[in-house]
Amino acid sequence: MTTQPVHFYQIGSFAVGNRLLSDDERTVQSSPNRANSIDSGHRACQGCGEALGARYALDAAMRSSGGQIVAVNATGCLEVFSTPYPETSWRIPWLHSLFGNAPAVATGVAAALRVKGLHDVRVVAQAGDGGTVDIGFGCLSGMFERNDDVLFICYDNEGYMNTGVQRSAATPPAARTATTDVVGPEPGNVFGQGKDLPRIAMARDIPYVATATVADLHDLEQKVERAMSMRGARYLHVLVPCPLGWGSASSETIHIARLAKETGLFPVFEAHNGVVTDVAKIRRQVPVQEYLSIQRRYAHLFGKKPRPDIVARIQTIADQNIARYGLVEPASSDQEVHV
Amino acid sequence: MEIPFAITLDVGSSRANHTGSWRVERPVYVDRLPPCNDACPAGENIQGWLYYAESGNYRRAWEKLVEENPMPAIMGRVCFHPCETACNRVQVDEAVGINAVERFLGDLAIEKRWSLPIPGSDTGKRVLVVGAGPAGLSATYHLRRLGHQVKLVDSASQLGGMMRYGIPAYRLPRSVLDAEIGRIVAQGVEVELNHVVHDVEEERVKGNFDAVFLAVGAQLGKRVNIPAGDSSRVVDAVTFLHQVAEDDPPLLGRRVVVYGGGDTAFDAARTARRLGATDAVIVYRRNRERMGASGEELEQALGEGVTVRWLSTVNRFEGEKMVLEKMALNAEGFPEPTGEFEELDADALVLALGQDTDLSLLDRAPGIRITNGVVTVEQSMMAAPSGIFAGGDAVPAERTATVAVGHGKRAAHGIDDFVNGVERPVKVRHGLATADRLNTWYYADAPRQKRPELEKIRRQSTFDEVIGGLNEDNALFEARRCLSCGNCFECDNCFGVCPDNAVRKLGTGERYEFDYDFCKGCGICVKECPCGAIEMVPEKI
Repeated sequence: MTTQPVHFYQIGSFAVGNRLLSDDERTVQSSPNRANSIDSGHRACQGCGEALGARYALDAAMRSSGGQIVAVNATGCLEVFSTPYPETSWRIPWLHSLFGNAPAVATGVAAALRVKGLHDVRVVAQAGDGGTVDIGFGCLSGMFERNDDVLFICYDNEGYMNTGVQRSAATPPAARTATTDVVGPEPGNVFGQGKDLPRIAMARDIPYVATATVADLHDLEQKVERAMSMRGARYLHVLVPCPLGWGSASSETIHIARLAKETGLFPVFEAHNGVVTDVAKIRRQVPVQEYLSIQRRYAHLFGKKPRPDIVARIQTIADQNIARYGLVEPASSDQEVHV
Repeated sequence: MEIPFAITLDVGSSRANHTGSWRVERPVYVDRLPPCNDACPAGENIQGWLYYAESGNYRRAWEKLVEENPMPAIMGRVCFHPCETACNRVQVDEAVGINAVERFLGDLAIEKRWSLPIPGSDTGKRVLVVGAGPAGLSATYHLRRLGHQVKLVDSASQLGGMMRYGIPAYRLPRSVLDAEIGRIVAQGVEVELNHVVHDVEEERVKGNFDAVFLAVGAQLGKRVNIPAGDSSRVVDAVTFLHQVAEDDPPLLGRRVVVYGGGDTAFDAARTARRLGATDAVIVYRRNRERMGASGEELEQALGEGVTVRWLSTVNRFEGEKMVLEKMALNAEGFPEPTGEFEELDADALVLALGQDTDLSLLDRAPGIRITNGVVTVEQSMMAAPSGIFAGGDAVPAERTATVAVGHGKRAAHGIDDFVNGVERPVKVRHGLATADRLNTWYYADAPRQKRPELEKIRRQSTFDEVIGGLNEDNALFEARRCLSCGNCFECDNCFGVCPDNAVRKLGTGERYEFDYDFCKGCGICVKECPCGAIEMVPEKI
């Protein structure tokens, strides 16, 4: 007779909550007492991944710090939809200065808190991918260099969505944006290196770098918690699908984030001092087509004049990620029970 | 409030901005009918009792179970579990072992001596139940819960009907049978054994009963005309199994042929093997795909050394020679003789060709309609307006113990309505919780737990139970494999995944509600609900 340990909670490992788990094993989001750092009434689009990702991350940071955080925000969707003067959705101390200077402002806040002796008040800076990989990149680079005591969170929706879906250095190849039209032999965004900021951050040997998506709440909260337990410059990169810019159904936001991870296009991992220490394995691997075909920004790859050659190039990127990070578990006959 | 330099307005919360006005569709919580519940002939709320078992609250689980079916330890052994055939978990890995968990709960209840719910307060109505098989016992239990007095009569010397005299002990140990029947009788039931009812109408009037439930089963083995020599031993399977159950098995010799392809044929062959037959051969005129018996039964029989001759009929039986004719399936799938014959050495022939019901006790009951040897009944199981109800094998339906249990319950409710002169409201059935409504991503991978089987050698010589039970660890594991199809089980997903914090958590057992002031109608909660308990409906404009 097979025997199984009873560490199996029906859906405990994947869902937000579970009545079979003790309270301290449940996610922050499952608690009616969560901080709700960003409140209802914000003007984000239906199904906004960034609004969700920001609440996930900041509520976890609130719990880790006992409610002692200051958030600094770059310009971007998150700032615009949450704080149209004089209303705000933020229920935490929150600052906004310029598009490009959020890391520098956060550095300043951290310095001021240190001078005032408020060591238990922690600083979180947040920006979209534009404010991180393009406009704020110089300030962020300095923040890493000085190892300032800031957790910087990038909510990556792969473009400038708030201003009308323009390309950023985080926009993936072949994706249609307002500035990468679907014309010519290589429609959409060019194939190239882009700016893979998690790897750039790792190259700086800062204490902690991690990636996450809004599809795996347990993983995201654990990473915020780990980051909050450390001092120095820490970087968290969260993939947040954008129904508007990606041309996906508003209900698909989490599903698409999950597919990004399950295809291998968005590797989920964490690194300490520049070395990858843990990788979220692919659980149900799917070809990239499944991820691409439900987004209108890739519609030109399918439809009447399909471009299987371009889909194949994107698959190559996924395969390279899988190989680089070891995203696929080697085949095993053991029946694993997820705890 | 003092306003800083260059600021002209007070700070306000975004909660002033009711984003619910953006919505064109709204999410609503629904309850759907899980396929297991839909498929259960006894009408069990399987998902309902698994819910309690999942948290280890076996007592509550058992209590929920026996609201519908008072014999879970029996059903956990003999039921052919259509619930598992219907189970949506098949789409993920394998069906939930509902039957095994049911048995675990049933056995635990016997071990812990849990008692059935207290009977309802006395209504003063009297009901006669004829036949103490699964239908009669189930009706008795439900009638007692409704507060009616019950007199239970049976022609045999012990209670249980076909569960005792048809199902062999290696499938259903008598201690289990006795325990669960005893619990029903302990509800305050007048029992009369060895009592043959010859005229139901006469007994009804004489005993001043307000209603009668007829559950006489199908006790007569069908006979076919097979030329057989005087010395050849031919018995029918029902009689054979009955005699074995009474510890008085007939002598069949070492080579036994069983004719038929239903469960009874397999019971007879496996029983013959245990009584010392070296050859137990089943002869069946169709093929494996078309046999009536369950695949599990076939596998177990083959494992015990029973052999099967598919596509064969018994042509004649003379002395120790049996002549079989080979059959072939025609285009419609019916077997047709081929004219090819073969011989088989045999000491006895057991006929398992189906059973008939002895309905002579209804000859003088007015208003009864009998078609194809069974009693026609209404939805309420009523057979005649004078208050005669019927169920189990005596009415047209699949002949299984579980179906009979369902009949007993339905008849009890029909009788309750009849004696009170009311009609209970028809229960609205929810739409089915189909597999395409689930988001199976959220369910952890979990292999089905196997029940232990008795080693083969002991299955060929003893009547020890073949299939073992789950223990507490793997029963809990198995219960937790339930997907809770179509009914919220409070996983907090909707509460967590809403980008607008527009879901309110109401506390344990109270589920959630939407805050339509702020819900933008994005539909993420619907998409990410594991069990399909949320739907989008268009807003009225």
